[in-house]
Amino acid sequence: MGDRTKLAILAVIAAGCAALFMLTHLSGNLDYIIPRRAAKLAAIVLTGVTIAFSTVVFQTITNNRILTPSIIGLDALYLFINTAIVFLLGSQTLVFMDDHVRFLLSAGLMVLFSVLLYRLLFRREEKNIFFVLLVGVIMGTLFRSATSFMQLLIDPNEFLVIQDRMFASFNNINTDLLWVSLLTVAGVFVYFLRFADYLDVLALGRDHAVNLGVDYDRVVSRLFVIVAALVSIATALVGPITFLGLIVANVAYQLLSTYRHRLVIAAAALIAVAMLVGGQWAVERLFTFSTTISVIINFFGGIYFIYLLLRESKSW
Amino acid sequence: MVEVQNVTKRYGGRAVVDAVTVNIPRGKITSLIGPNGAGKSTLLSMISRLVPKDEGEIRIDGRELTSVKNNELAKKLSILKQSNHLQIRLKVRELVSFGRFPYSRGRLTKEDWLHVDRAIEYMELEDLQDRFLDQLSGGQRQRAFIAMVLAQNTDYILLDEPLNNLDMKHSVQIMKTLRKMVDDLGKTIVLVLHDINFASCYSDYIIAMKGGKVLREGPTCDIIRPDVLRDLFDMDIRIKQVDDHRLSIYYV
Repeated sequence: MGDRTKLAILAVIAAGCAALFMLTHLSGNLDYIIPRRAAKLAAIVLTGVTIAFSTVVFQTITNNRILTPSIIGLDALYLFINTAIVFLLGSQTLVFMDDHVRFLLSAGLMVLFSVLLYRLLFRREEKNIFFVLLVGVIMGTLFRSATSFMQLLIDPNEFLVIQDRMFASFNNINTDLLWVSLLTVAGVFVYFLRFADYLDVLALGRDHAVNLGVDYDRVVSRLFVIVAALVSIATALVGPITFLGLIVANVAYQLLSTYRHRLVIAAAALIAVAMLVGGQWAVERLFTFSTTISVIINFFGGIYFIYLLLRESKSW
Repeated sequence: MVEVQNVTKRYGGRAVVDAVTVNIPRGKITSLIGPNGAGKSTLLSMISRLVPKDEGEIRIDGRELTSVKNNELAKKLSILKQSNHLQIRLKVRELVSFGRFPYSRGRLTKEDWLHVDRAIEYMELEDLQDRFLDQLSGGQRQRAFIAMVLAQNTDYILLDEPLNNLDMKHSVQIMKTLRKMVDDLGKTIVLVLHDINFASCYSDYIIAMKGGKVLREGPTCDIIRPDVLRDLFDMDIRIKQVDDHRLSIYYV
């Protein structure tokens, strides 16, 4: 089966999931239900595509198939910001805080953090992306420790509010924010297009890329910032969900017999959309909201990750 | 011509390449030889801008490296390092087509494919071109990488230990091909070699490095001599003439 046929099949599956989500259990006021579902669907598609795209790009610039952008600690920072708000200002502030403010605060701080991380480290003479990642891991641990410290101190009732933020959720999407996110993601993507040609060559590794005339440090640093911006937007919109990227990127690579990023990214995005929309449908209709989608994704993602590790260790 | 002038590279204060000045002649095979840690690979990496130099100037056909655009340089000079492990799974033909990236940014024209075909033919890879790289032997894989460099169609080709991990037959095969590329296509090839007998039999010019400095440079017959090699490797090496070649006996 050709790669294009596989992509077409994936597209059909994704569209099928979307139709299932939009059109089943329709009863009551359709004028109310349909726009609500459409907004939710749009948020899911946006998140899925963003996460799939940024994970594939991130794996290419780090030359590593078992990394996701969450390694630079953006998820941890997101939880840290939310916990800090509750800790310092009380849960009422977080609950009643204007969504726009919260979104801009989270997304802005995450982007700022990644850019700072990168700028500071890349001033060193020996530029090395793995050093950036290592510092990201340490910062992530710092944020996580500080977060759990604050969570220990606060009132258990207040903690419940934070717990809601600890898992990605599509159940309360603010439509305005959705538009803001859509536009920013589109803007970032347009900026990305000028580097799009380089992805395939970057996958060969630094030495080959430099040999083939790629201004490696410049291209990689721009792509890094693009990935960080996209992940920040998606996380601020729905919560921590980068684990999904690991699954979809690897499934896409396994499914297609190509190295071409054009196709791999398209496949990963379609798989992500199918999984998220299908998962959300299951959460709503089968589990009747008794669980969240990230629990499901983390469960299957964890199993898949262990499988990947075992397979990698065997191939050495 | 590649002119290297007073080039220095330091790692943690220690000069790995120490104020080296050499000229690499055009249209010849030049070998860099010397003991481990002499700075051969580092020098090669600096000429190909894989590693930035700390001091000095490197000019290629009269132009300083830093003043040439990356993409322009990629049409003039190519490098192949010794370890070529890839994260992605590629077929031979796909790998070779990457060599055309500086010309077409990944959107290959008919002319680009012509170059790819010619490179594959030159390296005698026609039968293997649709195989995946990980299904090939070490020698076949090395030929595929050289074909990629050939498709890049640069005047200068730098190879860092191209014979690493190859058996005798494949080593000879690669060296003969390189010789042919210089004689037929007028390429300039610079090699880092560990086996001085290959350097002696196939190169026109030899640069002997030791401790980050150039110990001697000159035509092959001036370097493959017992006195020079003793200074270079700190051991007595006998030289035997076999037909037109000087072979070093250093095993016992």
